[in-house]
Amino acid sequence: MSKAGKTWDPGNPDRLYIITSGRSRTGKQTRLDLVTLVVSRAAPDPGLQPEHSAIVQMCDYPLSIAEISAYLTLPVSTVTVLVTDLLKEDQVEARPPVPVAALPNVQLLEAVMHGLQNL
Amino acid sequence: MDYKTSDPYAGPRKEDILPSSTAAAVKVVIVGGFGVGKTTLVGTVSEIRPLTTEETMTQAGVGVDDLAGIEHKIETTVAMDFGRISINEQLVLYLFGTPGQERFWFLWDGLFEGALGAVVLLDTRRLEVSYDVIGLLEERGVPFVVAVNTFPGSPVHPMTELRSAMDLPESVPMFTCDARDRASCRDTLMALMRYLYHLTNEISEPQ
Repeated sequence: MSKAGKTWDPGNPDRLYIITSGRSRTGKQTRLDLVTLVVSRAAPDPGLQPEHSAIVQMCDYPLSIAEISAYLTLPVSTVTVLVTDLLKEDQVEARPPVPVAALPNVQLLEAVMHGLQNL
Repeated sequence: MDYKTSDPYAGPRKEDILPSSTAAAVKVVIVGGFGVGKTTLVGTVSEIRPLTTEETMTQAGVGVDDLAGIEHKIETTVAMDFGRISINEQLVLYLFGTPGQERFWFLWDGLFEGALGAVVLLDTRRLEVSYDVIGLLEERGVPFVVAVNTFPGSPVHPMTELRSAMDLPESVPMFTCDARDRASCRDTLMALMRYLYHLTNEISEPQ
């Protein structure tokens, strides 16, 4: 088992470097927001590294980038790199947030107000 | 095994799962000074136990000029609490609370970008902090409302006094809220939505 043996310090920058292969940017792919929802397309490919596999597993149902970051205790930028890999592999799909230009549209605001009323 | 639990990457609890039909999310940012009740507010209205996300941010060293050609950068990890409210089967609202040094949060790439708007929780003990925050929101064109969290025993300032101390235009809604009270927090978010609604209509229907 690759898990056995060494302990990982989640705050260790080396870990972040290794799991992202030293990448801090995701290139020109879809821009992933904090609240972009990620949903798995299938069971994780057995060849995936543990972090990738964990994301595919937990995104059985939609989860935001922020939630993935919270559950994995990984920085948002690291999660973004990992999710971009998974998008390339077609392991997950991304549901971008509702676009808000300068101001949100009326239908969106009405929906949110209606939802808040039910709180 | 080195792990305390059998599954080191625990995902959401069953009750925290979003329906598969959830198509998109929107976000609102709660800003304000340290200890002013942002995390409380997020926790009060969130349907999930608030979670913590983090980001590594690189900031140019203070007082270093580019002419020297030396890359002097400071890397810091900052953490932020957030919560979630399901609006309907398709739409979910995320609330991000920004603790700590306020200026810092504007460096978090994509935090304010695409946000519906912001709630400024006013710190009546340190108005200058909120003053800074409001300035930055205005600069970035992020629409906001101002809420004064009522702590038991906190000094009571008349709203008009606070408004003029903050140099806040009449058009920006300002009201009191109790961050521990769900209905009050909901009303705070409602006030932001109504304000956004008003701004949107104002632009789409010119006089």
